[in-house]
Amino acid sequence: MTARISRWPGVELSAADLNERKVTQTRFRPDAKYAWSAGEAMSRFLAELQNGRLIARSCRRCERILFPPRMFCEECFRPTDEWIFIQDTGTIETFSVSYLDTDAKRIAEPILVGVVSLDGASPKMGMMHFFGEMTKDEIRIGMRVKAEWRPPRERQGSVLDIRYFRPLRKGEQ
Amino acid sequence: MTFLDRTTDARKFRHWPGNVEADYIYTSGVAGERFFVALRDEGRMLASRCTACHLDYLPPRMFCEDCFAELTEYLDVPKTGRVAAITAAHIDRTGAQLSHPQVWAFVTFEGIRGGLVHRLLTPPDQARAGTAVRAKLKPRDARTGTIADIEGFEPVRSRF
Amino acid sequence: MTKVGVIGAGMTLFRRRLEETGKELCFEATKMALDSAGLTRGDVDMVVCGTAPDAFDGVAMKGEYLLDGSGGYRKPYTRVFTGGGTGVFSTIAGWWHVASGLADVVLVVNEEKMSSCQPHPQSVFAHIWDPILDRPLKPNLVWIFAMEMNRYMTVYGVKKEDIARVAVKNKRNAVGHPCAQLADPNITVDDVLNSEVMAWPVQRLDISPPSDGASAVVLASEDFIRKRRIKDRAWISGVGWCIDSTMWTDRDLVFPEYVARAAKHAYKMAKIDEPRRQIDFAEPYDPFDYKELHHLEGLLLADKGEAPILTREGVTERDGKMPVCPSGGLLGVGNPIAATMGMKIGELFWQLTGQAGKRQIPHEVHTGVSQAWGDLMQYGSVVVMRG
Repeated sequence: MTARISRWPGVELSAADLNERKVTQTRFRPDAKYAWSAGEAMSRFLAELQNGRLIARSCRRCERILFPPRMFCEECFRPTDEWIFIQDTGTIETFSVSYLDTDAKRIAEPILVGVVSLDGASPKMGMMHFFGEMTKDEIRIGMRVKAEWRPPRERQGSVLDIRYFRPLRKGEQ
Repeated sequence: MTFLDRTTDARKFRHWPGNVEADYIYTSGVAGERFFVALRDEGRMLASRCTACHLDYLPPRMFCEDCFAELTEYLDVPKTGRVAAITAAHIDRTGAQLSHPQVWAFVTFEGIRGGLVHRLLTPPDQARAGTAVRAKLKPRDARTGTIADIEGFEPVRSRF
Repeated sequence: MTKVGVIGAGMTLFRRRLEETGKELCFEATKMALDSAGLTRGDVDMVVCGTAPDAFDGVAMKGEYLLDGSGGYRKPYTRVFTGGGTGVFSTIAGWWHVASGLADVVLVVNEEKMSSCQPHPQSVFAHIWDPILDRPLKPNLVWIFAMEMNRYMTVYGVKKEDIARVAVKNKRNAVGHPCAQLADPNITVDDVLNSEVMAWPVQRLDISPPSDGASAVVLASEDFIRKRRIKDRAWISGVGWCIDSTMWTDRDLVFPEYVARAAKHAYKMAKIDEPRRQIDFAEPYDPFDYKELHHLEGLLLADKGEAPILTREGVTERDGKMPVCPSGGLLGVGNPIAATMGMKIGELFWQLTGQAGKRQIPHEVHTGVSQAWGDLMQYGSVVVMRG
């Protein structure tokens, strides 16, 4: 191709070409508002978060305790069977120390975020959340953590009813 | 087989609200740049020509969708076009009632493939398919190189 | 099944911002692919368009929008989409059009214009997360890759500098690529390690940033290739694709099981039972440097945790025993999601037909594998091609 093709098409623009309207352009901001229905499993999950508890579903066929809960088992392809409360303690499976916020803007104080697999659910089943009461130098994969809940009257039925996961304290396991 | 557990109390269902936040800047592209610069600076409307297929495209394209040739020849669209179809809008994009119905038209030009969808600047009871129309442009200093540089189309005789 | 060959390829420049509209970019890439195969649009039976979420270009029904530039006017035309996996998957879709006997000649056209989304496509990426479980945490897309990279590094004890070698290799390989956005002949491992920390362990030079661009390939049946006496062709000898659980927090991120399953399917079809011996070079998906390593292991071209060692030993350099991303990859050429087909399928075609110019692997190569990765980091698509 390099031998046969002499012209590689494409007219490059700089950020200024675009932002200072050096080329004609049309601007648009969609105003799309959504309400995502939580459905069967997530409605119960959110209600239990408001109660300060984590809930999972069991599948009798594969004998797994599925978390986050779902009404069908994707593996056995059958309805799941029972609601089961699991613990709010778990293990950090992985994490990141983020200097980016949600808009890719730079922030000075990093966000500690990762995946916690929860005690009482099948191995490796967990959720994404923040970590607190630890520094970026202390956090590590394999660390044991526990949910730090908001006070009951501040809870809204959201994953944010957990403020973050923190290291286990003395006597906790 | 269906779910073994099912909520029957609708008040227990939850939802999570949110917005999709995004701003877009659409460049006009190679053919679009020719079209909008001519419209903004000279008040002209250009079509692009495929000599092989004897086709002129409005809005202009940089390629012929049929024979797939690159198009580089541009020509003026005739001043007068014809209303091919109309509709009267009584609500706006958000569903709010408009104070006066707006007439929208698809305007075509003799010998040209395509056309433009735009406002028809007549009351709804006078709007007819088949009417000869001309573009009414915004004043030069209000034009920015978008399709809104055209205010709309008005019947030819109303200009006299 | 009809034997299918790639007979032409084309691509535009990859840049952060291009002036052309998406359909104009498609036209340029498609025209180049047709010209290189010596065909016209009239020879084309069917068209497959591959492109990522509508929200990047800001055009709903993007497949419809791109159809004229993709040569689809008044032809059987389909848009396919498997996230980043589209970069290889669209060719698989094109392949089954021909392999089934339905078509003799199929165009596959991939496009992305990510600069439309302002100020950065990040705001749109937010919506690939689960609206109830993940999005209230306001996640940044980079987080998920940072978490996967961290798990990979921790479980296998991989050093960051060995991962950075991938970015260095690919950005240097891209120096020979006429479309490259990110080629750098002088980049060093220290440059990568000293670049801005975005979401540790991901630093700025570990990532390929968003780009605009389009690419196209022409597929044809063996009959057509013989009748037209087309000399430059590379045969598609195996295809595979697979998706893992949508519950990403239930997956062990250390190994891309979905890639391994897709690869095994493709290898079985291509009668490959010893991939490390029978495959000469690879174009795995490399939007992040650690992903090349992760995917080499998924493609069974390295043992688990071994890919960083092979990289350190130079095995994956263009003149190494198993060249990896000789095109320069996404890290070097750019990352207009689906359009990265130009470095995956396009590069295999150009390498196997000896047209890769400055990027040509110096020793003889007969079999290559390309792979793309997408959806919520759980989708793998694999194509094996032979010269």
